[in-house]
Amino acid sequence: MFSSLGYSESPLFAQFRRLEQEFDELFGAWSPWAAGIRSLPAGTFPAINVASNPDSVVVYVFAPGIDPKSLEVSLQENVLSISGQRDIAAEPNATHYRQERFSGAFRRAINLPEDVDADKVEATYRDGIVQITVQRHESAKPRLIQIH
Amino acid sequence: MNAQTEVMENRGNGSVEQSRRAPTTESALRPAVDIYETGEGIVLQADMPGVSKERLSLRVEGNNLLVEGSIGIAPQEQMTALYADVRSTVYRRSFALSNELEADKIDATLKDGLLTVRIPKRAELRARRIEVRS
Repeated sequence: MFSSLGYSESPLFAQFRRLEQEFDELFGAWSPWAAGIRSLPAGTFPAINVASNPDSVVVYVFAPGIDPKSLEVSLQENVLSISGQRDIAAEPNATHYRQERFSGAFRRAINLPEDVDADKVEATYRDGIVQITVQRHESAKPRLIQIH
Repeated sequence: MNAQTEVMENRGNGSVEQSRRAPTTESALRPAVDIYETGEGIVLQADMPGVSKERLSLRVEGNNLLVEGSIGIAPQEQMTALYADVRSTVYRRSFALSNELEADKIDATLKDGLLTVRIPKRAELRARRIEVRS
């Protein structure tokens, strides 16, 4: 619809637009949270995605190849902190060509919506993703208001 | 409507056709890898969180090893994104193999989103200790 504005002629912008189309439906759209005060530059380990619905907030922590027992997840008010350790043992007598994978201690904190209930948190680890589900307070859920 | 216009544009010009294919590769996530070589062969480790065995594809095409996988997060009802470091659900990366590697004897394991691929060297080409006679 806006192609008449002319920028569609630029292959760069066309590429950006196609990139957006390729993105996953859930996490593809930009959100005001993208520039959150605790957000970190791309490539930070571990990567985090956050999604929510009226009942809960779900945090996905992309932390492959770690022992889930070494992870520490804590929620204070509405700030969720995740810390842990991933040690990559270097093979002796080997020639290393690429070492891109993160090694060492990590810590990340992320703001969750203010209505989360810090007492109702569940975390699971599967295929290298920690999924943390925090319930929202009952009072914050949308209610149907009767009109008399 | 925009999408249709684009397809038309691309068909009209062969060079644009090339750039049309590129974004599919770019929008895929490039997994971080460690690669090292031992006496037996080459070991490649790739971070692919969210990928299960069923969603992983490992192919040798000609001289290239192609690693692909997709993230299997079951979306829950009425979910909207609040924040996202990861904005794609597909991982893709390829590596050129060299002749001394035995591409048909590749061994791969996947555990907790960490892929480990072992590519052995041909037996006759493995490093041997050469005796020095006095």
